[in-house]
Amino acid sequence: MSAPFLIGEAMTGGYGSGADILHDCTIAVEDGEIAVIVGPNGAGKSTAMKAVFGMLNLRSGSVRLGGEDITALKPQERVAKGMAFVPQTNNIFTSMTVEENLEMGAFLRRDDIAKTIEQIYELFPILRDKRRQAAGELSGGQRQQVAVGRALMTRPRVLMLDEPTAGVSPIVMDELFDRIIEVARTGISILMVEQNARQALAIAHKGYVLVQGANAFTGTGAELLADDNVRRSFLGG
Amino acid sequence: MIDFLNGLVALLNFVVIPATAYGAQLALGALGVTLIYGILRFSNFAHGDTMAFGAMSTILVTWLLQGWGVSLGPLPTALLALPFGIAITALLVLGTDKLVYRFYRRQRVAPVILVIVSMGVMFVTNGLVRFIIGPDDRNFADGARFLISARDFREITGLDEGLAFRTSQAMTIVTAVIVVAALFWFLNRTRTGKSMRAFSDNEDLALLSGINPERVVTITWVIVAALAAVAGVLYGLDKSFKPFTYFQLLLPIFAAAIVGGLGSPIGAIAGGFVVAFSEVTVTYAWKKVLEYWLPGPLEPDGLVQLLSTDYKFAVSFAILVIVLLFRPTGLFKGKSV
Repeated sequence: MSAPFLIGEAMTGGYGSGADILHDCTIAVEDGEIAVIVGPNGAGKSTAMKAVFGMLNLRSGSVRLGGEDITALKPQERVAKGMAFVPQTNNIFTSMTVEENLEMGAFLRRDDIAKTIEQIYELFPILRDKRRQAAGELSGGQRQQVAVGRALMTRPRVLMLDEPTAGVSPIVMDELFDRIIEVARTGISILMVEQNARQALAIAHKGYVLVQGANAFTGTGAELLADDNVRRSFLGG
Repeated sequence: MIDFLNGLVALLNFVVIPATAYGAQLALGALGVTLIYGILRFSNFAHGDTMAFGAMSTILVTWLLQGWGVSLGPLPTALLALPFGIAITALLVLGTDKLVYRFYRRQRVAPVILVIVSMGVMFVTNGLVRFIIGPDDRNFADGARFLISARDFREITGLDEGLAFRTSQAMTIVTAVIVVAALFWFLNRTRTGKSMRAFSDNEDLALLSGINPERVVTITWVIVAALAAVAGVLYGLDKSFKPFTYFQLLLPIFAAAIVGGLGSPIGAIAGGFVVAFSEVTVTYAWKKVLEYWLPGPLEPDGLVQLLSTDYKFAVSFAILVIVLLFRPTGLFKGKSV
């Protein structure tokens, strides 16, 4: 098997000069697949994701994208390399319209973005109806769609989602998962952190269970769902 | 009927026109304050003195032009000098930013520290202006003084009351409308303007989207310098130029920005007019208008002036306190202070 498309390998580090949060943690995603990071609260799930995106200092380990070592790049430079990140909170420009949010997502692009905006509207039809409305006036689920849409505007090769379904209703959550699968089908790799471990693993090609900043279990989504240890510790039996 | 018209003309002449011109000047000043607050995230106390500096540079260029015999006919020569004044002011604020603010921005200091820093900048700018042009009153208005003079108006209409519309007032209003329209077009329609709003809305996400913060900051300072110079020159043409009055203008300008909602450009404009109209109506002696409008027995004996003009700054403060008590984020949902 060839090297994964995006891999954060043996990452150890923490925020600023503080204590290490991640210990020898490895996260990877294959081209066009969905990888999910699950684990108990405080396990360092979001931190692992941010480490892959270059938002904290790694003391050891490396991050590689398509074989290229990007460990030293700043988050903005990683965006230019084809990575997109949707933070868990404050992930939209609330005072700007939906369409302006999408335009800002494509700020680095100098070519015509109308086609990409059209694609986003096809993926999230509700956004087309609300495109002149301020994004801050939308419901929680719609805001998440704006956030994902904004990230997709750079036409990334890998999309990173930090708890995209936090705070939305179960129905909206199912819809969001459907959309995420649709995005993956277009060939974009997806790496996401999820609280709703059972649903997330059900759609994942690969799952990572983190405990205290280290890999506890790794396997395909189905394997993890079937694993007794994982079930007992994280999925509630 | 004639009495009613006379009263109306007096009201226009002494309240509506002066307050509109003053409101436009405050709105331009408050726009500068609100942009800095929204994008650089601190209250810029040096803004009044930036306005003084802008007016001063424009005056110096005006004198130069007048010395060469250049004039704009009925319009003040200062209008021709204004672009130069804006450029000089932009150099000053960009220099200040490179020399002072950038250092603190890199340290990611708390906004309150930047406020104190801006007070230092305020004193230095203030001193610089007095050092260059002196602390005295300077009159630099030339061209036609009136668009309509009180006597002409009386002759044309046959009314007892005159209506004077000064060139400087007309110019203030027209310039303010043009500048505000251009600013809103820039902020809402251009890529750079939108990136400024995005940066103001959510700095982290703007960085993730690849917006260059230093570029946003530079453009903001240039726009603020232009707004400050325009506001300073218009105020100087309308009243007169004296460095100390610009320092005092800081109060109504901040009141206007906060009343409208800090960080909200529309709020700054609305706030400017709210403060100006309150100040003028509260300090105006209503005797004249009321004598026209009220029947004989009800005519007032006193001046019917609620507050002496010396206390006009109290009005800004009163509005400020009322708004902060009942709507802490201002009329247009700005950021809370």
